[in-house]
Amino acid sequence: MANTPGAIPEQTTHTAVVKTPMLKRLRGQRQLMFMSLPIVAYILVFSYYPIWGWVMAFQNYSPAKSFTQQEWVGLKHFKFLLTDDAFLNVLRNTIAMSVINMVLGFATAIIFAILLNEIKHKFYKRTIQTISYLPHFLSWIIVTGIVASSLSVDGGIVNVVLMKLNIIQEPIMWLSVPEYFWGIVGASHVWKEVGWNAIIYLAAITSIDPSLYEAAEIDGANRYKKMLYVTLPGIKSIVIILLIMNMGWILEAGFEVQYLLGNGVVVDWSQTIDIFVLKYGLQIGNYSLATAAGIFKTVVSITLIFAANSISKRLGEDRLI
Amino acid sequence: MGINKSRLEPIVFHTLNGILMIAIAIVTLYPFVNTLAVSFNAGNDTIRGGIYLWPRVWTDQNYRAVFAGGTIFSAFGISVARTVLGTVLSLFLTSMLAYTLSRKDYILRKPITIIVVLTMYFSAGLIPTYFLMKDLHLLNNFLVYIIPGLISAFNMIVIRTYIQTLPEGLIESAKIDGAGDFRTFISIILPLCQPVLATVALFIAVGQWNSWFDTFLYASSKQNLSTLQYELMKLLSSSMNSNSSAAVANGADLGAARNMVTPVSIRAAITIVAALPILVVYPFLQKYFVHGLQLGGVKE
Repeated sequence: MANTPGAIPEQTTHTAVVKTPMLKRLRGQRQLMFMSLPIVAYILVFSYYPIWGWVMAFQNYSPAKSFTQQEWVGLKHFKFLLTDDAFLNVLRNTIAMSVINMVLGFATAIIFAILLNEIKHKFYKRTIQTISYLPHFLSWIIVTGIVASSLSVDGGIVNVVLMKLNIIQEPIMWLSVPEYFWGIVGASHVWKEVGWNAIIYLAAITSIDPSLYEAAEIDGANRYKKMLYVTLPGIKSIVIILLIMNMGWILEAGFEVQYLLGNGVVVDWSQTIDIFVLKYGLQIGNYSLATAAGIFKTVVSITLIFAANSISKRLGEDRLI
Repeated sequence: MGINKSRLEPIVFHTLNGILMIAIAIVTLYPFVNTLAVSFNAGNDTIRGGIYLWPRVWTDQNYRAVFAGGTIFSAFGISVARTVLGTVLSLFLTSMLAYTLSRKDYILRKPITIIVVLTMYFSAGLIPTYFLMKDLHLLNNFLVYIIPGLISAFNMIVIRTYIQTLPEGLIESAKIDGAGDFRTFISIILPLCQPVLATVALFIAVGQWNSWFDTFLYASSKQNLSTLQYELMKLLSSSMNSNSSAAVANGADLGAARNMVTPVSIRAAITIVAALPILVVYPFLQKYFVHGLQLGGVKE
């Protein structure tokens, strides 16, 4: 290794006049290629090659048959999906839970950041913040376990507190009431992510020019006026960027929470597209229909991401991609 | 009256705000303290309810039951193995790719960057990916935990952004001293990137430790490939359907202690076991993670 670099320049300088600079550059970059091209091959196999599997959505795919024997059915599975009550139901659940998670997530994180910023005591502020994003690092398994035991009818803390406060007389079976499911998922997300999501707003708030607050104070603005007219506008652009960015993930309501917290009773409210795909694909074995549902999700997401990107460009915000 | 009000207002506000913040901290921490208490309380006593912050009938039987069957012990080992191996390999390959894509004169820089970054915006979906794993004989194979997630475009960008902030002269002088790109990467770039590598390593490690879905999808029929999170998931779903067979089987060989161990108490113990590594590294996590979030934010 130590000897070769000395040997190569001699050869190359000799032929450099004949060779184009391009070829010379290529030679000098051999190591870069050895370092990157195998990884590119890996990415092509694991991320790009599976897209070939999308042809299954246009067939009545059967694993037993070879490619040439498959029966082609065109858009049949897509047409079926868009008229299928079960699919429309999971689509509704997915969008509803996405929107709820997004609105709740944004509102709570922004409010938490603004209020935490009002705490002047440094150590106290740090401690609260450190505690607040602890749940972010725990798996959904642990979090849903915590949610389930907090909501349980025998001794779950939520029922205990509500009964102590005389708000309810009997424990409620929270996880067995379909109408509560979206709210529980939203609240679980808030519990897990509020501190984490607030980090970025806290950073944005600290970068607001302090003279703006002083000016507002001179103009007679009280605390709430300052929050409303200085702090909020100060973090507006980051909020807009994040909102637009999140719009692209509207069909990504998640899988884990719904799968882990859902049960037979709330199934009409809990199942998302991802669960639909899992059920039809790997449990029932209707690979074609499941793939079609997956394609629908991906195509809608990509369209939304590019739309969001161009909207944010037009608004004069930073480009996202 | 007006003066009085404006003097009182800050006190009222800060008191209420302080109380609210403490309430948030309590709501965040209480479930952990409660789970810890339940995990050290005798299962047949927990059923009576009323365990909040402290165990009433102290026992370590739940933890003994968790580790007695050997199932959880092996799952713990698999979780550790996948976390260590997955993190080291992924970190090495991701940073190597990041280094090559930080070289401004690299002729393949543009096309490769596009190929990598695009992967952030689409996925082939569950079914085609499942078939790929099947074709590559990764089903029920330990490598399914390691190989599919080796390269993350986001992590690559974070590392690349950091490399680009390093003084170009360092790399130039290494080149003049006769070091090839690989040598430069190993002996110059990697040591200098320690802060960002620590951040990304923690990202990957937490993801590895917490994941269960790949076990569920690709390795659920092989008990010796089960992970801690997956065992916890099985327990959670079995106790939610009030079918305690799995949990009781774990505690079965404890004979007399059997009725001290219930699905609820076992679940609490496993939750603690699964959360403990995260809680232990949390001080480091929070330092580097926040840093990493800012690093990532700088790019976009």
